[in-house]
Amino acid sequence: MLTDKDRIFKNLYGQLDWRLKAAQKRGAWDGTKAFIEKGQDWIIEEVKASGLRGRGGAGFPTGLKWSFMPKNDVRPSYLVVNADESEPGTCKDREIMRHDPQLLIEGCLYAGFSMRAHACYIYIRGEYIRERERLQAAIDEAYEAKLIGKGNIHGWDFDVYLVHGAGAYICGEETALLESLEGKKGQPRLKPPFPANAGLWGAPTTVNNVESIAVVPDILRRGAPWFASLGRPNNTGTKLFCISGHVNEPCNVEEEMGIPLRELIDKHAGGVRGGWDNLLAVIPGGSSVPCVPAAMCQDLLMDFDSLRDVQSGLGTAAVIVMDKSTDIIKAIARIAYFYKHESCGQCTPCREGTGWMWRVLERMVKGEAAPREIDMLLDVSKQIEGHTICALGDAAAWPIQGLIRHFRHVIEERLEERKAPVRGPRVIAAE
Amino acid sequence: MSVRRLDPEQPASFEFNAQNLKWAQQQIAKYPEGRQAAAVIPLLWRAQEQHDGWLPEPAIRAVAEMLGMPYIRVYEIATFYTMFNLSPVGKYFIQLCGTTPCMLRGSEELRAICQKMIGPEKKVTADGLFSWMEVECLGACVNAPMVQINKDYFEDLTPDIFTSLLQKLKAGVAVKPGPQINRQFSAPASGLRTLNTDR
Repeated sequence: MLTDKDRIFKNLYGQLDWRLKAAQKRGAWDGTKAFIEKGQDWIIEEVKASGLRGRGGAGFPTGLKWSFMPKNDVRPSYLVVNADESEPGTCKDREIMRHDPQLLIEGCLYAGFSMRAHACYIYIRGEYIRERERLQAAIDEAYEAKLIGKGNIHGWDFDVYLVHGAGAYICGEETALLESLEGKKGQPRLKPPFPANAGLWGAPTTVNNVESIAVVPDILRRGAPWFASLGRPNNTGTKLFCISGHVNEPCNVEEEMGIPLRELIDKHAGGVRGGWDNLLAVIPGGSSVPCVPAAMCQDLLMDFDSLRDVQSGLGTAAVIVMDKSTDIIKAIARIAYFYKHESCGQCTPCREGTGWMWRVLERMVKGEAAPREIDMLLDVSKQIEGHTICALGDAAAWPIQGLIRHFRHVIEERLEERKAPVRGPRVIAAE
Repeated sequence: MSVRRLDPEQPASFEFNAQNLKWAQQQIAKYPEGRQAAAVIPLLWRAQEQHDGWLPEPAIRAVAEMLGMPYIRVYEIATFYTMFNLSPVGKYFIQLCGTTPCMLRGSEELRAICQKMIGPEKKVTADGLFSWMEVECLGACVNAPMVQINKDYFEDLTPDIFTSLLQKLKAGVAVKPGPQINRQFSAPASGLRTLNTDR
């Protein structure tokens, strides 16, 4: 188990003061000027050496992503921070923004500097109104203390703008986010060109998750080897986990990558409701990854590679726990409805397919489907997966594929039950 | 996608008040010439705030004119982003999170309470105090189930707590946002298990 001294987010629970002075006492903005003076390449090399992989879901190496930014371009470069936290199960960036905002702002300076950007846009979801107010207050404090802005004490002019969305999950997709920033509907762009070549207003842009950026100051201060020593090879560092659903005490916690799922649930979230044996399944990385049945959870490690090996994913490390009282078909049907609601409507397979899959699942919840429709549903999900501009189509397909892979027998039993004559009173044989 | 249409009953006109107009001009000035469209979401949002929580069609036109955008571009933004309410809402607009993490912890019971105490979804009560709708994940999953009322989150709800919350709002009694049980934000309910040493 990670010790408190190795935790980056010391005010995760808002039990301490979020303001600049208090954050500085906890270490924020310490040694910033010296890091900037070491130059762009040094920062990128440190982040690469730390093994940090993006915390927004895809797990792409952060340092490598930064190195894709062009070095001698006449266009301005932009850093965009993705604070559109909307993946069901996920509520970690919210805690960083409202309780440890200076770590995020400081991280923005390093990230922006390393990609030669003088401007950073933080795009926060519209519903986080109080979090937006808090983060803006923190940005104002940083400007006032001349930590950022033009002519700041660190010697790299850097503006941070906070902008907000208005309720669209799809804006968490990086190119949809850029469209939204430009004042358009959040419909993803075709890639290539990738944002590093043509992003915000056609200029080189890198989009990073809040947590990826906010851990960078500690990586620089404590050194890449410290971060790399935590977790497992290729899955290094600490990670914020959100444990929701059927546990005794749902919570957020910062833990080491690769922590066993059972330890995470038992030590931090008070165990599964009704005990470990009452576990039905978990969705280990936010709603878009396939569920993992209890039988596979015993020794499951929580990192990118281990979860990929069980055909699921770490995603945003949002662990949704379901005990045996759960109607698993209904739980996944509700996720299917989410994707139907949030499809941007641009690609036909997703726009039509998400609604189609949801309607079939709703019938399956009630047992009103033919057994052959299970394979049809699986087939349709495969026709959506990989056939859309962005990953929302995949995200809609995977939970359903996970359901069929692991709980096909539950669906079959449900359909079987419904076939039995249940309407009206049972016919009783005459005496 | 969700089908979203303008309300059949619309006011004749919309104008930003002096304070909001000044604020809007500052927003527009932040962006270089030709990129004013970037201010469209903040402006529509401010218009909605000024207009009792919903966005009327004349406001869409007004914002389009201010930003030099074709009406259709602003119209499609108003209908695309689901936080723009296209019909009137109550003084207390309750957004009930119904996505799976909240559903697992009892959001359906909260929905039944909304139906009983407020009435059908998306209909404002006769006194204008309440309206409610089910929304998708609001990103407070470890504090599920939860609702957003206007700008604030109310978390860790039970049917009893939620009922009493609605009663308080109706009676005009002050309510405290955040977790509605004795809990430090997203920490375990029984107390801190981490971050409790060497402070």
